[in-house]
Amino acid sequence: MLKRSLIKQTLSFLFLMLLAPAIASAQLKVVATTEDLGSLASEIGGDKVSVTSLAKGYQDPHFVDPKPSFILAVSRADLLIVVGRELEIGWLSPLLTSSRNSKIQPGSKGYLDASMTVKILEIPSGQITRAMGDVHPLGNPHYWLDPGNGRRMAQAIRDKLGELSPNDKAFFAQRYADFDQRLAAAEKRWDAAMAPYKGTKIVTYHRSWPNFMERFGLEVMGYVEPKPGIPPSPGHTIDLIGEMKRVGAKLIVVEPYFDLKTPQAITNQIGGKVLVLAPSVGGAKEAGDYIKLFDYDIGLLSSALKQLTGK
Amino acid sequence: MRAIPSVCLAAMAAGLLLLPGSAAAQSQPDASALQQQIDQLKKEFGERIAALEAKLAESQAPAPTPAPTPEPAAPAQAAAAGGAKYFNPDTAVIGNFLGTAGHNEINPSPALEMPESEVSFQAIVDPYMRADFYLAFGEEGVELEEGYATLTALPGSLQAKAGKMRAAFGKVNTLHTHVLPWADRPLVINNLVGGEEGISDAGVSVARLIPIGNVFFEATGQVFRGDAAEGELYKSSKPGDLSYVGHLRGYFDITESTNLDFGGSYSQGHNAAGIVDDVDLGRFTTQLFGVDATFRWRPLTRAIYHQFVARTEYIRSHRDQFDGLQKADGFYVSGDYQFARRWWIGGRLDQSGRADDASLLDRGQSFLLTFMPTEFSKLRGQYRRTAYANGPTAHEFLMQFQFAIGAHGAHPF
Repeated sequence: MLKRSLIKQTLSFLFLMLLAPAIASAQLKVVATTEDLGSLASEIGGDKVSVTSLAKGYQDPHFVDPKPSFILAVSRADLLIVVGRELEIGWLSPLLTSSRNSKIQPGSKGYLDASMTVKILEIPSGQITRAMGDVHPLGNPHYWLDPGNGRRMAQAIRDKLGELSPNDKAFFAQRYADFDQRLAAAEKRWDAAMAPYKGTKIVTYHRSWPNFMERFGLEVMGYVEPKPGIPPSPGHTIDLIGEMKRVGAKLIVVEPYFDLKTPQAITNQIGGKVLVLAPSVGGAKEAGDYIKLFDYDIGLLSSALKQLTGK
Repeated sequence: MRAIPSVCLAAMAAGLLLLPGSAAAQSQPDASALQQQIDQLKKEFGERIAALEAKLAESQAPAPTPAPTPEPAAPAQAAAAGGAKYFNPDTAVIGNFLGTAGHNEINPSPALEMPESEVSFQAIVDPYMRADFYLAFGEEGVELEEGYATLTALPGSLQAKAGKMRAAFGKVNTLHTHVLPWADRPLVINNLVGGEEGISDAGVSVARLIPIGNVFFEATGQVFRGDAAEGELYKSSKPGDLSYVGHLRGYFDITESTNLDFGGSYSQGHNAAGIVDDVDLGRFTTQLFGVDATFRWRPLTRAIYHQFVARTEYIRSHRDQFDGLQKADGFYVSGDYQFARRWWIGGRLDQSGRADDASLLDRGQSFLLTFMPTEFSKLRGQYRRTAYANGPTAHEFLMQFQFAIGAHGAHPF
């Protein structure tokens, strides 16, 4: 008897849970896979949106655990913004499948691939294999590190938010215009800071910086990784030291999630400098939003280059 | 009378259902939709980028400060042409090569074998479901390891699956061989839950997400035909001899780098103990109870270099047979530590009774070293000592070599 009533209670409890309607909320719930996208969504959405970013700016966005806590966030989202270009290939799809949220599935209205309107570099042509390391067949996914692309992403977010919340269209347009102005003013600053170092040759750890370096006129002449995603090897490191000496490159830019041992060994040999830059919003404490990210990186980079080049 | 409450329970479990972490751990990436889309757009991307570059060069010529960029072009429409290949499923093949040295009189393994090569096909079926197929190619035959459709657009935080699938009983039972942290399966799984094959059967599964605050709960209920591990665990003698699995999984983040995953499982089905001359005289059943816990530590800024995972499962089996109810139990406790970008070290303690004779207790210890050149290949050595209840202690050295080609799978979690 006891057992039977317990079963009844459990069943009715479950039934009620099934019927419980979702509590409507005035804010659009935006989930962004990275803090960069999250920052742009906050810039445009203001208090009309609540933004959750999954990957932290100081973690390698290729290797993020698809944690069930992320499933909860995605299951509640009205809009999911992704970097795309297969950056999230190792972790996003289990989240999408388990989220049970049809609003944000690829192809749905609440899914925004931020890479669709930006400038993509390093799209491989011809045959590609994994002998080339972790190649991204759809081009380099670190495209947000060009403020021009940031502007394009913000436009895409503005349009998408307006589509999802038509009543606030003017609000989003206003916030975008404001962001656009601040970004343009900041770009003047950054360009001025970087102008003396046009054409300087540098090395980066991973291929995270092509858009950034192209935008600010630096030339990436080599990588600490022998191939994308492959850890440093002694042979490659020796070659790189030789090449850096030959062309006079002194600076190695490293993401905060890579080990500094090899870069430091290289710069010790050539009398150069290792610089840890933030590859994403949140990658350093000071890089709290999209504009501060560049303020932080450009500040560190220009002072390091000043010291190394004497310009 | 006895059967009624069990069926009720099972049905209730089915109502409740939730998918354990295995779903996340296992489903390979379903990049397919994204990729299809992107593939379609790729062509015109080339052109558009060329145009953009030209524009950029122009706008940058006089002064590097770009004026506010014009409105982005409307998202390009997918190219009409392109052909059916965009809808081909993501395909991957994972080879698993195993070498064993040492003596084991109770459960000997071949010196060298290719026990299983897994071929997977995964794609989105339509706006309402996706499909995942995993074919296991042994040295002599092919078997459908899993093949199911997942309904992703159900209301009420529900998710349903239909087809053949690994049951949501505990953790290890849900995992494919290539994502296990060991070269073998723990003793308790082999003795009580059907070993390598485990509870893997044709059936339906319903799982519901039940978040309580920021704690993730998922309840899963599954009903299967009633066969498991080739009749060693469950054996269905009549169409009504279904087997049932219920699972509740909880998960919460302790900090951003540490989390705890825990669960409880129940399963029930008919066993083969009462079958005499192909007639099920005994009509005996087996009940399984399990609890599991997984603790993970992965510091985010050093996530590719260091992590630690501790896991444990305790399983209890109540197997009815002619000589009465056998109540056997067992557990494993394991820890794995990644100490460098490509290197893992690990250990596991095993102990388990035997399902058909609870008085026989096997014990084991393993020590592992794993080298992963990339996320697509893995070389693992495992020293395993097994003290069998009914025979000499086995000392074995297992060497496992795994390699994957094809679509990029999701990272196991």
